[in-house]
Amino acid sequence: MTGDEKHDPASYSTLDVIRVLYERVLDVSPDLVDDPGRDRFLLSKGHGPSAYYAVLCDRGFFPESWLETWASFDSPLGHHPDRNLVPGVEISSGSLGHGLPLGVGMALGLRAQGLSSRVVVLVGDAELDEGSNHEALELAAAVGLDALTVVVVDNRSTSYAVPGRIAQRFATEGWHVATVDGRDHDALEKALAERGVGAPSAVVATVLDEEDAAA
Amino acid sequence: MTTTVSTRDPRTQFGRTATELLEEDLSTMLVYAEISARFFGAATRHHPDRVVNVGIREQLLVNVGAGLALTGLRPMVHTFGTFLVERAFEQIKLGFVHQDVGGVLVGGGGSFDAASAGRTHQAPGDVALMDTLPGVTIHAPGTAVETDRILRRAVAADGLHYVRIVEQTNAESFHDAGLHVVRRGAGATVVALGPILDDVLAATADRDLTVLYAHTVRPFDTATFRQVLTTPDVVLVEPWLAGTSARVVSEALRDVPHRLLSLGTRRLELRHYGTPAQHQRAHGLDAAGIRRSVDSFLAA
Repeated sequence: MTGDEKHDPASYSTLDVIRVLYERVLDVSPDLVDDPGRDRFLLSKGHGPSAYYAVLCDRGFFPESWLETWASFDSPLGHHPDRNLVPGVEISSGSLGHGLPLGVGMALGLRAQGLSSRVVVLVGDAELDEGSNHEALELAAAVGLDALTVVVVDNRSTSYAVPGRIAQRFATEGWHVATVDGRDHDALEKALAERGVGAPSAVVATVLDEEDAAA
Repeated sequence: MTTTVSTRDPRTQFGRTATELLEEDLSTMLVYAEISARFFGAATRHHPDRVVNVGIREQLLVNVGAGLALTGLRPMVHTFGTFLVERAFEQIKLGFVHQDVGGVLVGGGGSFDAASAGRTHQAPGDVALMDTLPGVTIHAPGTAVETDRILRRAVAADGLHYVRIVEQTNAESFHDAGLHVVRRGAGATVVALGPILDDVLAATADRDLTVLYAHTVRPFDTATFRQVLTTPDVVLVEPWLAGTSARVVSEALRDVPHRLLSLGTRRLELRHYGTPAQHQRAHGLDAAGIRRSVDSFLAA
């Protein structure tokens, strides 16, 4: 699988988080794609989806043969995922700053229906540049959406980084916040498995290896 | 066609019908962004989990609605049209249409309800913008009765609907979604869309013209339009951006040589305040203005 080179770091940086979610945390599988009670994973940072596709394929959501022709005209797999084309994909993403607001709506909808499913949204640190995220994270805390978890994969890709700002931003609004090594599967599992009480959870997964730093 | 006289204004009716729908249909939810909160007090008390005020956050407003739809619910999403459609347009395009989920977007204010508020609160381009998206049903109810029926129908239906609620009203309410023949004549055909029918009727009262009316403007009722057309002179009158519906008329008459006059709000920054009636006049959409344009078009 090859892809847009500038998106490769985005893809590698998310692989560990997505693997841990699908292998150890989320209650979701190919048998449950239409089950109203399934957990939802939303890849908001839709660029660099190769890690996502690899994990979905590995978990049996679609056949491995799909990977060989990705991004070709008839392939269901594009450089940004489409929920209408790929089984198990919860949202079509690509334009940044949509996943978290959609996730807030999903969590509200599940709560209104008495469903206890979790909604886990993966965003990038630079994606938080988009103001729409801040509308969403404020409301999520204000209405106590404890079904919602945001994983911020922080590979320092924003142009105007302030150390510690991401965790502080969520904490200021009343979110439960944990900062973990984004390559450490056990640490990720522990942080992601916890569901906050009365407030949403944010997990800042720091991913800073040489490959990312050079990107 | 019915002759029910509206006693309630469309916006109050929207609040009332939305409240009833929340009561009647457990799959509905209402999301709004501060605007019109005064209409939703009872609904919020009775259904705290199914009525959400997102605050002054319109990007969030639309995507919360889409997120609800992704869990199988039927959202009603409301604020002023300018903030709903123009500010949050990408959320409509991606949150609803690209995800392929439906809902009922209810935009208030239209082209000039907020005449004295100025350009920031006016959305004459909302119908044209929504019309760039595939498969959207667009409604412009002309009375409170139509508002009630349209909302109920849109909530019960599938897909994405945009309902444009404004203060201007017509005297009569019409039931079905298609084109209604309000007056039949031998000459040109005037198509009035939404709450502009009374001005059109007044402007053409002594003319031997056909007047058609629709409150549901997309999809456009091509079949009735072609069937009724006598001479191939068409005047389109819509109380939003002029020319918005020219493309559907052109498509309907692609095999018929015809002339088309498209009347609507003008493509300019008016930079005047005042009242909706003054704005309607400034855009040439009062009865006298429509009359002048029709006369000049038909004399040509």
